[in-house]
Amino acid sequence: MSGQNAALAAKNEQDTVISLVDMNKWYGDFHVLKNINLEVQRGERIVICGPSGSGKSTMIRCINQLEEHQSGTIIVNNQELTNNTKALEKVRKDVGMCFQHFNLFPHMTILENLILAPIWVRKMPRKDAIDLAMTYLKRVNIAEQSQKYPGQLSGGQQQRVAIARSLCMSPKVMLFDEPTSALDPEMIKEVLDVMEELANDGMTMLCVTHEMGFAKSVADRVIFMDGGEIVEENEPNEFFNNPQMDRTQLFLSQILSH
Amino acid sequence: MTMVFQPSPDMPPPASQTGLLHWVRNNLFNSFANGLLTIIGLAILANIIPPLVNWLLIDAIFQGTAETCRQGQGACWAFVDAQIKLFLLGPYPTELAWRPIFSAVLLFGLFIITARHMLKTAHLVVAWLILPLPIYWLIGGGLGLEVVDTSEWGGLMLTLVLAVVGILASLPIGVLLALGRSMQNKVIKGFCICVIELVRGVPLVTILFMATIMLPLFLPTDVEIGILYRVQFGIILFSSAYIAEVVRGGLQGVDKGQGEAAVALGLNRWKTTIFIILPQALKIVIPPLIGRCIALLKDTSLVVVVGLLDFLGIAKAASQDAEWLGFDAEAFVFCAFIYWVLCFSLSRYGRSLEKRGQVGHH
Ligand SMILES: Nc1ncnc2c1ncn2[C@@H]1O[C@H](COP(=O)(O)OP(=O)(O)O)[C@@H](O)[C@H]1O
Ligand SMILES: [Mg+2]
Repeated sequence: MSGQNAALAAKNEQDTVISLVDMNKWYGDFHVLKNINLEVQRGERIVICGPSGSGKSTMIRCINQLEEHQSGTIIVNNQELTNNTKALEKVRKDVGMCFQHFNLFPHMTILENLILAPIWVRKMPRKDAIDLAMTYLKRVNIAEQSQKYPGQLSGGQQQRVAIARSLCMSPKVMLFDEPTSALDPEMIKEVLDVMEELANDGMTMLCVTHEMGFAKSVADRVIFMDGGEIVEENEPNEFFNNPQMDRTQLFLSQILSH
Repeated sequence: MTMVFQPSPDMPPPASQTGLLHWVRNNLFNSFANGLLTIIGLAILANIIPPLVNWLLIDAIFQGTAETCRQGQGACWAFVDAQIKLFLLGPYPTELAWRPIFSAVLLFGLFIITARHMLKTAHLVVAWLILPLPIYWLIGGGLGLEVVDTSEWGGLMLTLVLAVVGILASLPIGVLLALGRSMQNKVIKGFCICVIELVRGVPLVTILFMATIMLPLFLPTDVEIGILYRVQFGIILFSSAYIAEVVRGGLQGVDKGQGEAAVALGLNRWKTTIFIILPQALKIVIPPLIGRCIALLKDTSLVVVVGLLDFLGIAKAASQDAEWLGFDAEAFVFCAFIYWVLCFSLSRYGRSLEKRGQVGHH
């Protein structure tokens, strides 16, 4: 009996992909993240929302250490994040990230954007990297654009390329920072569709977004942040229909009112 | 019932007012004051241009001896013609002239290959960076070629060697200084700032004097480095500091998200710099870099002060030739013309590179 418990605990441990414990961050004197505690299980889909400036971006950027945290612990794939550069690089290989402004490399073709990291980080032979890249480009329905440069693509296409670029590294977690908020309205759906497909394939995802439709249909858990703190977290139905905190109610009434 | 949307047909834009007369009225006589200025300008030009054209072309003497020239009124291009080898190569042995000419062909060829983008960017970069080696080898000899002492280098060839090698060698050094200056490491950063600011704080002449006089003091006495190499070293140092600042501007101009995206993909700092940041930074700074090339090409004329006979120096020397005494003006006009052709071509070349860059290619 106790042996079984231990095995279960071990399994639990192993299935926690990300864990933030009492994490704090300051920009100079400005306390931007306050005592963040968050556990993400393998395969979990989490949507993070909250008003602008509440620290959403900063929090997910701490997870791959684009920003350093000053206290508390962050564990990603069983590796604690410290300022050990080698360990960090190892963690980053397994954590994909998509940005609001796509950040494709403008001086490289779409294909070159995709194969860069597999070749130079994963040390994959060029031919294999190209095959892999083409597979993912097909998956995001954009294979015919592989020889173009990012500047020649629409915003929606660029964001799909950015997603494919991350996927080429076979990440265990994907972070999205407002992936659709720089897009024209008619392009939002094509990106959300790709993300939803990714979620259905079992990818662990942390997604900062205000697309509440996406949150309702995809998320396992919605997190609401304000003033650098996690104010409330719940599964989507409860979160939207029965928010506990007044701050959450106010926020929801603001974004859902129109 | 749904109605079908019919797009309206495209219309041509309204015809703009064109034509010569329109242009003249709009640009030269669009107000009373401007009209007056135009007339004054035309009057001045009318007084300068005809005599100039007379001297330069109509009365000019293209063939003959110094005697024919002295009897004529116009410019003596026969002098330039007679001394052309001196202008181009200085005292370089005539029978070996093919070597500098071949170097020039290499240089010119690489310009064309770059403009047409006949090689991959990485290969182009390598080709440019190693170009100084064949240039110095061909012109100076050694390794199987007859040695030509640097005291026999001169003329346009010397100017081009100093400028081309100066720019090419200072590019990687400048890039390293710029990268060092933007590093976290205080020691490296401090060192780079010192080098850049020290060099930029003194005139090139000073650096040339220091390179010729002081450099030997730091070297072991049995090491003898020719004055040309010392001058070349000074020019490289000088150019590196300026290029470092140009490149630093480019590094700052690259969107921060670019580095973040690369790092997020797992690339380390060096790979991020080499594959993502530097290519974009260098593309941004092509115009000021071409500007530096032009400036350096002209700055090399300062080597006269340490006794090297570059293009300008040789022009002066040639006009003091006993047989052709008194044709300084022709020498300097010719010199200015060649400098202008080179600098203008470089500037146009830079423009064409920029245009290519805007299309979104490398
Ligand atoms: N590099 C920085 N330096 C100082 N303050 C910053 C920096 N980046 C973000 N901030 C501040 O931190 C707060 C949280 O920012 P951010 O995480 O981007 O918010 P969100 O993504 O929720 O809109 C904001 O008040 C912002 O002004
Ligand atoms: Mg944000």
